[in-house]
Amino acid sequence: MNEVDKAISLIPGVGLKQKHVGFEWGPGDILVYETNFKLQGPGFPFVHVVRKDEDIYSPILRKLFNESHHIFVGLQNIKDDMPSKNKKPQFVSVSKNYRSVIRACMEELQQVAGMCCVWVLVSCYCVILFFVEAGILLLHLLDWVRLHKADVDEKVREVLQSESPTHHHAYWEVVISFVLQGRMDEARQILMKQANLQPASRPIYQLMDSLLQKMPIFNPGSTQTLTEFDVKWRHWHEECDRYLQDNSFASNRHLETICKILVGDEDTMLEHKELLGTWYHFLVSRLLFFHPTVKPSELHYYAQSSMDMFLDSRSAPEPLDSILLAAFEFDLHQVIKDCSIALNNWWFVAHLTDLLDHCKLLQSHNLHFGSNLREFLVLEYASGLFSHHSLWQLAVDYFDHCPEFGRVYLELQIERVPLETERKALKVLRICEQRQMNEQVRSICKIMAKRALSNNRLGSALSWSIRAKDAAFATLISERFLQDYCTRGSFSDLDLIDNLGPAMLLSDRLTFLGKYREFHRLYGEMRFTEAAKLLLSLMTAKIAPRSFWMTLLTDALPLLEQKEVNTYVHNAELQRPIYNCFSHGTNTVEHTAEEELIKTPFSNLHSAGKVTKHAASLSCCRPGLLCWQFSLTASAKGLFSSAY
Amino acid sequence: MFVARSIAADHKDLIHDVSYDFHGRRMATCSSDQSVKVWDKSDNGEWHCTASWKTHSGSVWRVTWAHPEFGQVLASCSFDRTAAVWEEIVGESNDKQRGLSHWIKRTTLVDSRTSVTDVKFAPKHMGLVLATCSADGVVRIYEAPDVMNLSQWSLQHEISCKLSCSCISWNPSSSRAHPPMIAVGSDDNNVTYSGKVQIYEYNENTRKYAKAETLMTVTDPVHDIAFAPNLGRSFHVLAIATKDVRIFKLIPLRRENATSSGPTKFEVQVMAQFDSHNSQVWRVSWNITSTLLASSGDDGCVRLWKANYMDNWKCTGILRGDGSPVNGSSGQGTALSAVGSAGAQSQNSVVGAASAGRYFFPHLDPPRAGSRLALLLPPPSLIEPTCETDHTHAHQPPQIRRRYTPALPTQPAEHD
Repeated sequence: MNEVDKAISLIPGVGLKQKHVGFEWGPGDILVYETNFKLQGPGFPFVHVVRKDEDIYSPILRKLFNESHHIFVGLQNIKDDMPSKNKKPQFVSVSKNYRSVIRACMEELQQVAGMCCVWVLVSCYCVILFFVEAGILLLHLLDWVRLHKADVDEKVREVLQSESPTHHHAYWEVVISFVLQGRMDEARQILMKQANLQPASRPIYQLMDSLLQKMPIFNPGSTQTLTEFDVKWRHWHEECDRYLQDNSFASNRHLETICKILVGDEDTMLEHKELLGTWYHFLVSRLLFFHPTVKPSELHYYAQSSMDMFLDSRSAPEPLDSILLAAFEFDLHQVIKDCSIALNNWWFVAHLTDLLDHCKLLQSHNLHFGSNLREFLVLEYASGLFSHHSLWQLAVDYFDHCPEFGRVYLELQIERVPLETERKALKVLRICEQRQMNEQVRSICKIMAKRALSNNRLGSALSWSIRAKDAAFATLISERFLQDYCTRGSFSDLDLIDNLGPAMLLSDRLTFLGKYREFHRLYGEMRFTEAAKLLLSLMTAKIAPRSFWMTLLTDALPLLEQKEVNTYVHNAELQRPIYNCFSHGTNTVEHTAEEELIKTPFSNLHSAGKVTKHAASLSCCRPGLLCWQFSLTASAKGLFSSAY
Repeated sequence: MFVARSIAADHKDLIHDVSYDFHGRRMATCSSDQSVKVWDKSDNGEWHCTASWKTHSGSVWRVTWAHPEFGQVLASCSFDRTAAVWEEIVGESNDKQRGLSHWIKRTTLVDSRTSVTDVKFAPKHMGLVLATCSADGVVRIYEAPDVMNLSQWSLQHEISCKLSCSCISWNPSSSRAHPPMIAVGSDDNNVTYSGKVQIYEYNENTRKYAKAETLMTVTDPVHDIAFAPNLGRSFHVLAIATKDVRIFKLIPLRRENATSSGPTKFEVQVMAQFDSHNSQVWRVSWNITSTLLASSGDDGCVRLWKANYMDNWKCTGILRGDGSPVNGSSGQGTALSAVGSAGAQSQNSVVGAASAGRYFFPHLDPPRAGSRLALLLPPPSLIEPTCETDHTHAHQPPQIRRRYTPALPTQPAEHD
């Protein structure tokens, strides 16, 4: 019951007049409005945009998302068939990279601190499980605690920069903090300052210094075995204990406290709760001075008891506590579950589960659905990114690495990315093209072509429909180009049309448009013979729209005036097609009367005036020549004489 | 979850439907005030009304967007027995500067003799196809054969469902293995013991829609129906709003012989059933990837449902009115609120966090029957919907009336 209640979100102002609530899913939000499904009564005319409180809009987390994306991709590229010996260090370094990304954001965002804490701990396990050696466990735990409890570094700076560090109120706190974290060299350095000032008590300071110096630390790189280390450590431990028993430090309560910590006295450690801060720091300090060779399997026992000892019986453990406890128990499933409840987004669980899955840790814990869980979480995380106006690009790579549903999720999400500008459309398009998402590519181009056309940007519409390989639409736009030409006597978007290349073959009409424009170019360059040949082939190929035949004929007129063309024409090569073209155009209308012949082609051009305008655009049309040059049929003569 | 902003829709009467466009940058609202409004989202996330016009001579029940491949196109349906198709045209530049757009009516579909209760565009791979359903129990499927000329729509199919229809849903699957399919829900109260959800499938051979399935277990009135995005699966998922929320899985059965031309038979499974609304459910809808289902019921709540990775369904969030007047003007973010919240901010993180966890972890207890909030609400109203139902008409043999407009001379032929 509680769980469900917690998830209730109240919509202010709704429910005043009607109790029904209508809704509509949107990208990243849901619209909610008051309504009445039983169709009576007044409503409250508000629409509320309800959003999931995810952190994707926080700039700090955006940084986290961006940087972790690279690490994620790197991890996916680690080859499966690589020998596991080579893989281990790579996984460790991936884990460390995640950790440093989190740490970079940690200072800026309180909530991330918890994530980091768990991350570091869990990533430790990755390391540990690959090199199962008891001694190293503690080293990693210490490392973790040092990262987590970094405030001591700030405090030591403060102490050292003060006028008289030894009299600073935090002096002993710093020393003890260093000891609790196992940072013995640093503790010794600070202690020496005190020793130098108090010649009388120098011997006991020196004694403490030597104890701290002698404390054995396991070195995984050396030839020393764990047993050898253990013997050495016990020896040292007994020595500390001896000094404590014979009251060697009785004259200085601070040093005595340190000595008690060295022998692993829990009560003394608990007296410094504020220096430990958390029960897991206590756990690590306790292990350091009580059982440094702790095995992973024993950890759970110490964790539970440390938590019980540290936490007040009144204060209940917080979510983070139970996550850590589950981690100490190696209950990875529980860790993932608790994290997703405690943390406000999918970032952490998705990346953690992915890493664990790559390390093959989920299977080893009898979670047979391991890869499904990973994919489920990664899909959730990536879907969340998609509702953000810039983060969606990161999500693409996440979907790419979800073998089961990644592709179809990407298809569904990417086609919803708003295409506000051509630039953005090209960006989305590139992503789809790289993945051979042909239907999405076609759809995006079609949307852009349609939009450009309705805004009367013909050039853009044409190039988008060429990209979409949409022949019907290209035909339609070519048609519009030709219409515009007929009205205005000039072409727009010459750059595009001149450089169509093989794209011209997409539709007959587009081919015609391209070739017709080429004719204009040749003509402009005074290459009349070539122009005439091209025009001729346009007429014979029958790809010209019917409504355009008249224009073609008019174009032929000035050409015929040219000398070099004349010879060409007079050997009748040009004349027959022109004649055919003409009679073809007129034959479609089932009248033979001359008047009809005259009228028909012109009605296609709407008015004779347009023909004039068009012909004028070719700049060397002289009406007087018209009838003379043409040895066409009578009907054609009649036609032209009536036109001018 | 929190209210990011509230938009004063400025309708003079009840809002019946709100619809996002495909990219979520525009929305349309419709109302009993007989108008439709179109809203555009600015870069800073604010919504501006860019068009508002009277669309019908009765309450407008539903408004829906065509895929942007077909341009900016809306369809609406109304109590006035018609459905209409609207297209935005780019107006003069000073209109654009003032942030206004022009919508013109492309067609009125007048075939229904009763209230048109739902209107839906078919998936885009089928072309520009529109389905309507009406209280007289007929589903009509129209097509615009020339997508450049939206004033020509022909009535392609008329499916008599024998029951007053309240809602339709197209199967969005574009797989070649799945022929076009439409599910129809009925809120007919007069016929008690019959299945209220029918599924029709297009048959290539007969070129007709034939009934493939009736969900016999759904006998209470159905008010909404929604196919989930297919996700490349072989089966279909259908959500139904009836006296509870139900999710069905329809698994096509292998045809006995390949030449058989009959409709596909399905194995029907109930994937989930939630009675948490504890009352009539009115709307169901899937998000883009069908990972979340939302439902709205007589309990005044919108509930969000999510399956975990083991396909266990769970309520993960509830949206409910707080019953207080809105203070603050439109476009302003309204104060966050959550039940029993002291500090809105911290409480909200808890709400979101809690929901994140529930999104995927299985719970052993079945979905609860209503929350304690149900006790605070008045009992469901006994008044029936005022839709007029004309049953005599429903039993008339269906008759296809083709609305054919000869091609205009200005329309160029595709090829000669």
